[in-house]
Amino acid sequence: MHASETIAHGLEGDDSRALPAPFAAGTAGAAVAPMRVTAHIHGWLLLLPAAVLLVIFTHYPAVATIIDSLFSTPRGHRSAAFVGLDNYQAMLEDPVFWRALGNNIAYAASVIPLTIALALTMAVWVNGKIAGRPFLRLAFFAPTVLPMIAVANIWLFFYSPGYGLFDQMLGVFGIATHNWLGDEHTALACLIAVAVWKDAGFFMIFYLAALQQMSPQLAEAAAIEGASRWYFFRRVTFPLLMPTTLFVLVNAIINSFRLIDHIVVMTQGGPANTTALLLFYIYEVGFKFWDTAYAATLTVVLLALLAFLALGQFLILDRRIHYQ
Amino acid sequence: MRHATKQWLIPIVGAVMMVLTAGAMTSGAMAKDIELSFYYPVAVGGPITKIIDGYAADFEKANPGIKINAIYAGTYQDTLVKALTAFKSGEPPDIAVLLSTDMFTLIDEDAIAPFDDLLKTDADKTWAKSFYPAFMENSQTGGKTSDEKTWGIPFQRSTIVMFWNKDAFKAAGLNPDKAPDTWDELVADGGKLTTRDAAGNVSQWAVEIPSTGFPYWLFQGLTTANDVRLMNSAGTQTYFDKPAVIQALQYWVDLSRKDKIQPTGTIEWGTTPKDFFERKTAIMWTSTGNLTNVRANASFPFGVAMLPAHQGRGSPTGGGNFYFFKKMTGDERDAAFKFVKWMTTPERAADWGIATGYVAVRPDAWETPAMKKYVADFPAAAVARDQLKYAVAELSTHENQRVTKALNDGIQAALTGTKTPEQAMKDAQQEAVRILRPYQ
Repeated sequence: MHASETIAHGLEGDDSRALPAPFAAGTAGAAVAPMRVTAHIHGWLLLLPAAVLLVIFTHYPAVATIIDSLFSTPRGHRSAAFVGLDNYQAMLEDPVFWRALGNNIAYAASVIPLTIALALTMAVWVNGKIAGRPFLRLAFFAPTVLPMIAVANIWLFFYSPGYGLFDQMLGVFGIATHNWLGDEHTALACLIAVAVWKDAGFFMIFYLAALQQMSPQLAEAAAIEGASRWYFFRRVTFPLLMPTTLFVLVNAIINSFRLIDHIVVMTQGGPANTTALLLFYIYEVGFKFWDTAYAATLTVVLLALLAFLALGQFLILDRRIHYQ
Repeated sequence: MRHATKQWLIPIVGAVMMVLTAGAMTSGAMAKDIELSFYYPVAVGGPITKIIDGYAADFEKANPGIKINAIYAGTYQDTLVKALTAFKSGEPPDIAVLLSTDMFTLIDEDAIAPFDDLLKTDADKTWAKSFYPAFMENSQTGGKTSDEKTWGIPFQRSTIVMFWNKDAFKAAGLNPDKAPDTWDELVADGGKLTTRDAAGNVSQWAVEIPSTGFPYWLFQGLTTANDVRLMNSAGTQTYFDKPAVIQALQYWVDLSRKDKIQPTGTIEWGTTPKDFFERKTAIMWTSTGNLTNVRANASFPFGVAMLPAHQGRGSPTGGGNFYFFKKMTGDERDAAFKFVKWMTTPERAADWGIATGYVAVRPDAWETPAMKKYVADFPAAAVARDQLKYAVAELSTHENQRVTKALNDGIQAALTGTKTPEQAMKDAQQEAVRILRPYQ
């Protein structure tokens, strides 16, 4: 019992009190102290595999990125030199960086609300008693299981001018063909549509799960009180779904900065950078221009941006959410 | 006590030594076996990997003691990323086929070694001169201080050609066997080839020059015809804002905006062949690498022509070269050199060209019986060869991808109408000058 308690302490990372206590107080006696230490080591050993993986693949790369962003890019015989904040200075003067950041903000600001709204609508719909419900759920979920590369290649042909799906459908109504991806006014919107289509089904599953856990008594009580369906949704269902919405929101934000496969396949950031997102630009700088130091600098900005957004979500939104 | 703790080391040291001795004995016994890693840009599986595997096996049979490990690394871009990442971690490939335009990038990273000191015998020197000069333009450079060196050996090379739909020409009242030969003819024929329905919507465009991915390459098909080069051979200067360059871009933009015979906005490289098969465009500009694809998928008779001329004729070359990475020892380099020579004999160059659609890289390959028979059956294959006398090097400079991106962005901005051709090229040149400043 004693030992397992210490392990629990260790696992919680609460070692500052657990370790010195027996030595400092000296009340536990000589026989207990080594046992506690052993148990403590035992706890840390259990933690070790996970900790090693976390450090190697998460913490070390993040720290190394920050350090690299303060050095110049090594080339051939020329090794990296400390340049301080020069890379950040160059970034502030780089028009493509600002373009990519602006695009990414516009992209996120469209994709996130659209995806969540669509996911919620679909979930509420397929939660009701309608004919062919399993097929509808399957159809909504299908885009999620497709790899983004495949999705992008399919949509590339949807958008192709003339014989693409969209132009053929619009052609029925006599609307002229349009070069969807080749026009700087429509290219980003086309990519937003792909992202919404891809992710909405995935988030629908979470909403559906939350909806099914909701007690039917609530709906019955509301019906007795004479609440309209919209009023019930607005005042009961939606607030109860807020924990799910927070989870979905976190994921949607991450996805809007992380998923760029469709850009690589469909536009390569073109025409003239109108669809360049931040991560795509980082890839270009890092693996096409081989300017690794500048790529590290851009990555630091992306990391800071995501950390800031995550903090905001948990600190501000969390307080307003009612957990059951 | 100290002595005692070390005792457990003895069996371990013994075991390590035994392993080492065994290793030394094995490597001693097979001292002549040289293993070479060979990065090749294609996705695993498919017909191309089979051909390369076949070549490697034949070479190993003819040259016992040399082993070729072909590593299929994906697209050109993927292969470059993998090769350079491996190089930076200290384990570069020995041989790689990478874009000819990656030459400056690879030199700047100090990743590759030139071929010149391997050319010892007269036979080797003749071999090095046996390739089409147009292909060698992207394979040799002097750099700033040293004299000219050969850094790449042409292997799978291509140029841009024009495919036309003979049915569409017939329907428009044009001679189906004659493609437009000049810029003016393209515009004149284009007016007839563009068909519109009652509402004025275009059902067939006359021409598509793709402008995504690498628009600068297709743009060179226009600038070369306008008798202007985009860069110097040292890769340190660009000429994007020369009047002839701006004029070439103006012509391209006008095809869409003034003459209205080409779709507006950028045109997707990947779907252009599909547009051609679907009769959405009567003419397309694309790589000779699409020859086999078009032959298999076009449901109508088609022709292959050189790009139309203006001040002159011309097209850039494209495609991949053999590179030798540094860190190979003397024996390994000799073996690798043997392999590259073996891969580029006239017979093999002809075989490779017929199997893939790439342009056979040396004139004598076209004199082989196999190639002669192929050209007799399929004369279109020779168009690319005949165009080679007008071909120039594909745009390649130091900081290559960054400079080409500046030009690509400018071209796309002009095609979408965000900037005038003049403004777009001035901005691109300014950006290129800034990027290339350290190399002046």
